[in-house]
Amino acid sequence: MNSRLGRWVVSLPPTLFLLLFFVAPSLIMVVASFRFPGEYGGLAPLVEHGQWQLTLETYRFFFSDFIYAEIFIKSFGVALATTLICILLAYPLAWLIARSPKRHQDVMVLLAVLPFASNFLIRVYAWMIILGPQAALARATNSLLAVLGFEPVTLLFSPFAVLVGMVYVHLPFMILPLYTNLAKHDPALLDAAQDLGANAWQRFWKVTWPLSLPGIYSGSVLVFIPVLGMFAIPDILGGTGDILIGNLIKEQFLGTRDWPFGATLSLMLTLAVLVLAGLAAWLARRGVGRHA
Amino acid sequence: MRRNPLWLWVAALTAYAFLYLPLLIVVLYSFNDSRLNAEWVGFTLHWYSELFNDTGMLAAARNSLLIAVTASLAATVLGTLAGLAIHRYKLRILPVLAVTPVAMPEVLLGVSLLLFFNLVFRPWLGLELGLWSVIVAHITFCIGFVTIVVRVSLLGMDESIFEAARDLGATPWQTFRLVTFPLILPAVMAGALMSFALSLDDFVITFFTAGVGVSTLPLEIYSMIKIAVTPEVNAVSTVLMALTLGMIVLASRIHGKAFKSTGA
Repeated sequence: MNSRLGRWVVSLPPTLFLLLFFVAPSLIMVVASFRFPGEYGGLAPLVEHGQWQLTLETYRFFFSDFIYAEIFIKSFGVALATTLICILLAYPLAWLIARSPKRHQDVMVLLAVLPFASNFLIRVYAWMIILGPQAALARATNSLLAVLGFEPVTLLFSPFAVLVGMVYVHLPFMILPLYTNLAKHDPALLDAAQDLGANAWQRFWKVTWPLSLPGIYSGSVLVFIPVLGMFAIPDILGGTGDILIGNLIKEQFLGTRDWPFGATLSLMLTLAVLVLAGLAAWLARRGVGRHA
Repeated sequence: MRRNPLWLWVAALTAYAFLYLPLLIVVLYSFNDSRLNAEWVGFTLHWYSELFNDTGMLAAARNSLLIAVTASLAATVLGTLAGLAIHRYKLRILPVLAVTPVAMPEVLLGVSLLLFFNLVFRPWLGLELGLWSVIVAHITFCIGFVTIVVRVSLLGMDESIFEAARDLGATPWQTFRLVTFPLILPAVMAGALMSFALSLDDFVITFFTAGVGVSTLPLEIYSMIKIAVTPEVNAVSTVLMALTLGMIVLASRIHGKAFKSTGA
């Protein structure tokens, strides 16, 4: 009797809280995507003249104009590019840390994630300064371009600035899982490969790289999914044409106030995330199965 | 131990530079005697005095602190319970409920709570968005982090200690109070600090759930960045970075002591 009581006391409060503030809002979102927009924004009444007011209009609208699919594709492109650049930047760093003497590793990891402890907006804002038109970087780039006979470029408020911001903010999410993976590799494997005549490149490509794939998969999930829904970075560093899914969703709820369409877009994003998470889980399982 | 090749050092140091240079530039310009973040003109503390006389910013800081303390306390209690429940009772739904809000893009939780508060709380309970809605939203996304940390620490424990406590006649409550809780305390504290930091840092979810009257530090910084960039942003950023750094040092000390006292 006592243990059953304990079970309820322990599990009920968090379950109820999350049912109320996570599950219920998600269900309301699903219903909202089938409702009509209100006259002054928001939602029209759910029941009017004794009839349920539900429609597939927002879904029809989404597929009627290619521009929405285009923004989804663009967001996937940005997320993919961010993930790849993060792998390129994080791999050498994580590898160096994992190969360093054990007593230095903790400090090196701490140094790599410490900038992440500063506020998210500050890290984005820093790039406004660096890429700004009066900053040294833009002036140097443009004088170089002038010498070569090209038109000057603006670095800030461009797709380039968005990509830089995305990489900067999400880099630690790639460094940590990669390091955790690389630190577990058995150095004896590399010695064995060397004894068998493998050169440095072969040792990396045939031993280290395939073993590090699970780390890359988990890092990629941690980078790709938040980037896919990110609205603040395009909002701050991008130009008017650089909007992504997140900006589109934000605009429906706070700008044009077309809530049903915003709910539809949110559901599409949720679906995309679920598919990606499933894919990553499958890849990770396959990778572990092959190398275990 | 293999020697690291030179190119690896160069690549890794480039990555470190990429991580630190932007923040150093923000700190540097917070002391620059110019309205523009361009050329170095001279040293000044003007932007700091401006910051500490900015009543809007100070009110936002107070709100941020109030939200972070309340939300992290509640999330720590609920997350610890969830971690214990998942570990002890092999539940199916609660693990998914606790971790999914952490794994989704933040904008999704933000807009679904915006809808929920506006469609349920406002018409039925007459509650306008405000501090309470931000606190509730922060609790929702912090629970998962505490749950994960507590669950991981429970996984690393030897089940026989709990059996020994039972064999010696301890009631479930005594087992929890005298054995389980002291053992998971470092994880609970780590979860609490993590929640506090995440709540203090959060922009996206706060942006959707704050309504019109309430501002937090990230919201204030956002509007400064969007509307008029002055070096006051650099000053507030520098102060925040110093505070965060101080908190990390403090946390690692507490954490170290907690580990020692439990013998873990």
